[in-house]
This record gives sequence, C-alpha cells and structure tokens, in this order.
Amino acid sequence: MLRDLFASDFIHNFPLFAIILCLLCAVISFVLQGGGARKLTYILILTGMTLNGSVLLHNLITGERFTYMMGHFPAPWGNEIAAGLLEPAFALLFGAVILCSITAGKNRIFTDVRADKQHFYYILVDLAQVAMLALCYTNDIFTGYVFIEICTLASCGLLMIRNAGKPLVAATRYMIFNLIGSGMFLMGITMLYGVTGHLLFPQLQQAAASAWNSGAYHGIMIISIGLTVSGLAIKSGLFPFHFWMPDTYGTATPASSAILSGVISKGYIFLLIKIIYRVYGHSVFMETGIQNVLFLFGIAGMIVGSISAIRAGTITKMTAFSSAAQIGYIFMGIGMGTRAAMIAVFFHICAHAITKPVLFLSGGALIDASWGGRDFASLRGAAHRNPAAGLAFLCGSLSMIGFPIFTGFISKLYFALSAFAFPHKSMLVLLALAVSTILNVIYFMYVSVILYTGSPDPAKRVGVGRQKAFAAAVFLLILVNVAIGLHSQPLTGLFESGLDLFLQS
Amino acid sequence: MRKSFLQKLSAWYKGSYDFTLKTADHMDARMAHEYTGKEHKLREVERRELVFSGVLYNILCVLFCLIFIGVLLWSVLFLPPHGNPDNPAVNEVMDRYVAAGMEETGAVNTVAGMILDYRAFDTLGESFVLFTAVCAVTILMKNTKESAADGTPIPMTVKPGIVEYSKDNIVRTVSRFLIPFIFVYGVYVLLNGHLSPGGGFSGGAILGSALILYAMVYGEDRAAAIFSERLMKTVILISLGFYAIAKSYSFFTGANHLKSIISTGTPGRILSAGLILPLNIAVGIVVCCTMYSFYMYFRRGRIQ
Repeated sequence: MLRDLFASDFIHNFPLFAIILCLLCAVISFVLQGGGARKLTYILILTGMTLNGSVLLHNLITGERFTYMMGHFPAPWGNEIAAGLLEPAFALLFGAVILCSITAGKNRIFTDVRADKQHFYYILVDLAQVAMLALCYTNDIFTGYVFIEICTLASCGLLMIRNAGKPLVAATRYMIFNLIGSGMFLMGITMLYGVTGHLLFPQLQQAAASAWNSGAYHGIMIISIGLTVSGLAIKSGLFPFHFWMPDTYGTATPASSAILSGVISKGYIFLLIKIIYRVYGHSVFMETGIQNVLFLFGIAGMIVGSISAIRAGTITKMTAFSSAAQIGYIFMGIGMGTRAAMIAVFFHICAHAITKPVLFLSGGALIDASWGGRDFASLRGAAHRNPAAGLAFLCGSLSMIGFPIFTGFISKLYFALSAFAFPHKSMLVLLALAVSTILNVIYFMYVSVILYTGSPDPAKRVGVGRQKAFAAAVFLLILVNVAIGLHSQPLTGLFESGLDLFLQS
Repeated sequence: MRKSFLQKLSAWYKGSYDFTLKTADHMDARMAHEYTGKEHKLREVERRELVFSGVLYNILCVLFCLIFIGVLLWSVLFLPPHGNPDNPAVNEVMDRYVAAGMEETGAVNTVAGMILDYRAFDTLGESFVLFTAVCAVTILMKNTKESAADGTPIPMTVKPGIVEYSKDNIVRTVSRFLIPFIFVYGVYVLLNGHLSPGGGFSGGAILGSALILYAMVYGEDRAAAIFSERLMKTVILISLGFYAIAKSYSFFTGANHLKSIISTGTPGRILSAGLILPLNIAVGIVVCCTMYSFYMYFRRGRIQ
C-alpha cells in the first residue's frame, strides 16, 4: 500500500515543488519580521526534506532515474531536471544540515544580526537551500550557472550580515574569490557551448564526445574543462585557493560558517562531479590529464591545510584550515577517479557535511563560554564551562581524525581501500592519508586537551537547559554520524547503486 | 633557560605554556593566563604572517593573471570561426528556435520566446539572482542608526563632495522634460517585449533609470514620498510571487502533458504570447525596484 504510494509517478513533480516552495518562502519572508521568517524557514526545510525523501524512496522502489521537463518543450530545447538516487540523497542531506545549523546557531544569530535585519538571514538561508536543490537536480549546465550565482550572493550575504569590520573584510575576500570562480566557470561553459551547441547534459555529453573524438577541438576542450573545474575548485576551496577560508569561516556567525563549510562547498563539488561524469564524460576527462592535477592539489591540500591548522592561533581558524584539508581528501578521490574512489568521495562529502557544522557550532558555543576569546589560552577548560559543546567538539574532532565508530573513519577506510586498486600511486595515497591523519590528531587532540584541562569552575557552568535547541541539533548530527559510522553498509549500497544510475545514459 | 620537550608538554598540560606562540612569548609563564596580553601577542604573530604572505600573494597574483590572460588569448585560436554556418552551435536547437519559435511561443521576438518560454527556468533563477542582490545590498547598506528613536527618518545632510543635482539649473530643466518620455519609453519597451527587441530586463532598467533621475533632480524625499519602502516590498512580493506561481503552473502542466489554459494567441498582437507579457511586466518591475533601491541605499542608506 505504502509502496504503491511511493511508486506513483506523481512524485516526479516533487523536486519542482521543493524548488518553487523555497522561492516563494524567500519572497514571502521579505515582508515578514525575523521570527515569522525563521518559522517559515523551518517549515520550508522540513517540507523540502519530506519531498526529497519521497523522491529518494520512489527511486529506490522503481530503481530508475527520471528526467522532468521544466515546461512544454522537450530536452534539447527546454530546461530539464533529473533525479537518480544521489541527487535526492544529497538534497536531503544538505537540507538536514542547514536545518541543524540554523537551529543550533539560533542564539548567535540573535546576537550577531541586527534586529531589523533578522528576516534577511532567513531569506538568504531559503535562497541557499534553493540553490543547493537546483545544483543537485539540474540537468542543464546553464541552470547550474544561474543557481551558482544565487548561491554566491546568498553566501556573501550570510557572511557580511554579522555587521562588524572583520566579517566585512572576510566577506569581500570571499566574494572576490567566488566571483573569479564563477567567471571561470562561465567562460568554460561558453567555450563548451561554442564547440557543442548544447546545454542539456545528455545531448551535451554526446556532442562533447564527438567534438573530442573529431580531434579538431582538443585544445578548446582542455581549456574549457580546466576553466570549469578550476572555477568550481576555487569556489569549494581547494588548495592553493583556500586562503579565503580561515577569515571567512573564522569571523562569520557560527551558523553561517556551518552552512558554508558543510553544505555550500559540497554543493559545488557535487555539481563538479556531475559535470565530470555527465557532461564531459569520464573517458574524455581522463584523457585530458586534469584528474592528475586535481589528485596532486588534493594531496597538497590535505597536508598544507593540516599544517596551517596546527599553526593557527585560534579555534575557528584551526577548524577552517581543517576544512581545507578535508576538501583536499575529496579532490584527491575525484582525481583518482575509480569507482571505489568515487564511493569514498561521496562518503567523505557526507561525513564532512555532518561533522564540520558540529565543530563550528560547538566551537562558537565554547568561545561564548570563554568570554569571547578565540585563542587557546582563553579556551582552557571551556569544556567544563559548557559540557555539551565540549562533548560535541570532542566527537566532531574524533570523526574528523577518523576514529572508529564515527563516519570519518569509514570514509578514510574507503579511501585507503580504493588506493590499493589504484595502480602506480597507491603508496602516495596511503602515505598522504597517514601523514594527514597524524597531523589531524595533533591539532584536534591539542585543542581537546586544552578544552578539558584547567580548573573547572562550577559557577560559570552553562547547562544543557539553557541551550536546548543547540544541544538537540548538534547531538542529532553526532547521532547520525555515529549511526552511519557503525552501520555504513546501507549508505554504501545507496551510493553504489546511485553511482550506477548516475553513469547510465 | 631552555626546557626539554617533555617539560614543555607538562607545562602545556598544566596551562602555563602554549605551543602556538614563539619561545620569546613565554618569558613570563603567568602571562599565559592573562587574556589581553596573549591577544596582543597573537596579533603580532598574525601581522608578521600577513607581511610575508602579502609579498608572496602579490607575486603569485601577477603571475596567475599573466598566465590566465595568455591561456585565454591562446584559446581564441581554437574557437570555431565567428558566423560560420558549419559551426557546431548551428544545430537542431537553434533551428527550432528560429523556425518554430513564433508558432510555439506566440512571441515575434524570438529572444523573448527563448528566455521566457523555452528556457523559462533559467530566467526564473535570474530574477531571483536580482532578488538576492537586493537582499545583500539592503543588509550591507541599510542604515537604521540614523533614524530617530520614534522611527522618523532624519533628513539627509549633504556631504561635501557629493553633487546635488537638484540645484543645477540645466539638469533640472532638461530632466523635467525628459523624465515623462523616459517613463513612457520604458513602459513601451516592457509591454512590447514579445513583439520587438526589449522586454523585462531592458524595460525595467529604463524605468529604474527614470526613477533614479527623478530622485536626483527632485530630491530623495519627494521620490521617497511616491515610492516608499513598503510599496517596494509589496511590489516585489507580488511580482516575484506571481512569476514563481505562474511559471510553476506552466512547468507542471508541461511536464505532466496536461492542457494549459494559457493560449499563445495570435502572434503580433499586443495581447498574445501567453505568459510572456505578464512575466515581462513582473521581471521589469523587479529590475526597476532593484536599480532604484541600489541607488537609494548607496546614496542615503535607506529608501524612505
């Protein structure tokens, strides 16, 4: 009965409903006050998660990938969205992480954002959510670009809404990097259009393959792939373009840092994977040799990001540099390009998306418990002053390190396993993983020891009772983290069949 | 006195040593507990790092730009020649837009048919890009500190160096004649978007520039009297809300192969081309509000 309900073709409309709902909520929030806009955003994200979850169930039952015509005109002429298993799964994940981030960071949003601009924060969250949905579902490269623009503007707004000097400088730097990235992406797709004449993924893939095989357009295709890939790599913060990260994530309100690092950079990476596999095609991409560049920069990012994190003087900068290192893992996997490596990449996207927000949010709470001091001397003993945040930070750190029972362990395990099947470079991958893990241990354990040493002062203790929303949201993320870490097979199965569907057609 | 690593480790565990600072910073172990001194030292370290990364950064930037310019110029060599009928971009997609565009969308202006009917989802996204930009500029520039406690705005004082056009006789007299014509022309471009070159984006830009000229010449206070923040919010809500709902109806009927109640009409008539005319009006209003609010926020930090 329920099975029949979820097998119904009507569910094909749900991605459209989720997208339009976000747009409508964003516009309605424009005339609301802060509180109303917040409630609307909660309702919107929960509805969006239900819709994406239904799409996921539908595709699991039917085992098929569907395309949905946006309008009255079929594929090469009109816009289209498509959903297999990976698209709704990541849309669901991103929605859940955004929801947890704004719930846990609610108090800081109240204090960091001026009262008359509160509703704008939630408008921007709605817009970031729609951009993520569209980047997940789009089957058209230009739609991808349009929603990248929305995403860039919304994330700049999320950063600078904390009205102070440093966040504004950081937001400006972030904007410059991101606009360079958008510009390169746009130039890349323009060149691609010049040699193919198509914008929709399936037709584009055929035309791109024939353009590549004809041999006349090798140069332009390589430049086009290079521009597209490096544009998205800059936007997601791959080494050596990670310099915007520490200031950006370090100075924004914790909820914004969580959304930006956990969701938005992952949205760009998901679009990149889509473009590699469904636009240029895996074989063409491999022939260009760009995957080796990604592989090397990924490994460099893993090491350099971790070393910078060790040298960082504040907890927020350290967490931000650790993001750069984790993005390095993902790009290393994309550069390896094997099936096993891609499963590890999806796993790592998932692991990082649910772990990094925990670190930023609990880091923000620990700073609040240390009278606003972000350096390690002020943070000493902070876990005694705010036990919930301290425990959350410890769990997040363990997951980032790759401690067993956490998701981070599974993704590192998959990276290591995929390295064995990877000829020539398996030693390099294993070595990079080992060094990076040791570096991770050094800085995360360094902070954890600082948080838990020092004299406990019961008078200054912040109990769970005063931060119920924070504790609920953060521990929900940790619970999911542990659940996936202990029982990873279903998710692996989902990613495997998702990748099969993704590569079909 | 040099400490061994183990001694340092034990001191660090007890809270009197910090590995992230240089040795010289640990002259006085008691300093470590004093937050202000520590913060000062941290800033020193950050500043030193900035000077180093600043030089390196500038060199890398110049290098990156030169390489980038070179690559882009080089790529021109490989592009298909401009306007060649054998180009890959001349394919069935373009053929159908040109040959069947008028019949299928009802729009004489093929570009309007493409952006508002064939590829309407992209344009829906584009109009929300404008909306996002309005939100971002409002967050950045909206200045509520200047309004008095009871909410009445304080009149703007002209800062030295800012040109006050309302006192300039030539601009004032010429604009008085021009503004009505610009308005009418904007409305014409907006309403004829499906028949002739133009449409929402260009018509809205013309309307917005007319409003800005009005605000410049007659003063922001008079402009605020006819175009308040409340009105702007309502207008944006109605036009973008209408856009999203109308287009999703069209997406829904199209994808499910249902019959749409919107007909394309007779091409060439002013009331034709289905949704394109109302969508052009909605886009035009959004563009106009965006331009005007940008001007007002940058000029005085508020719309009213």
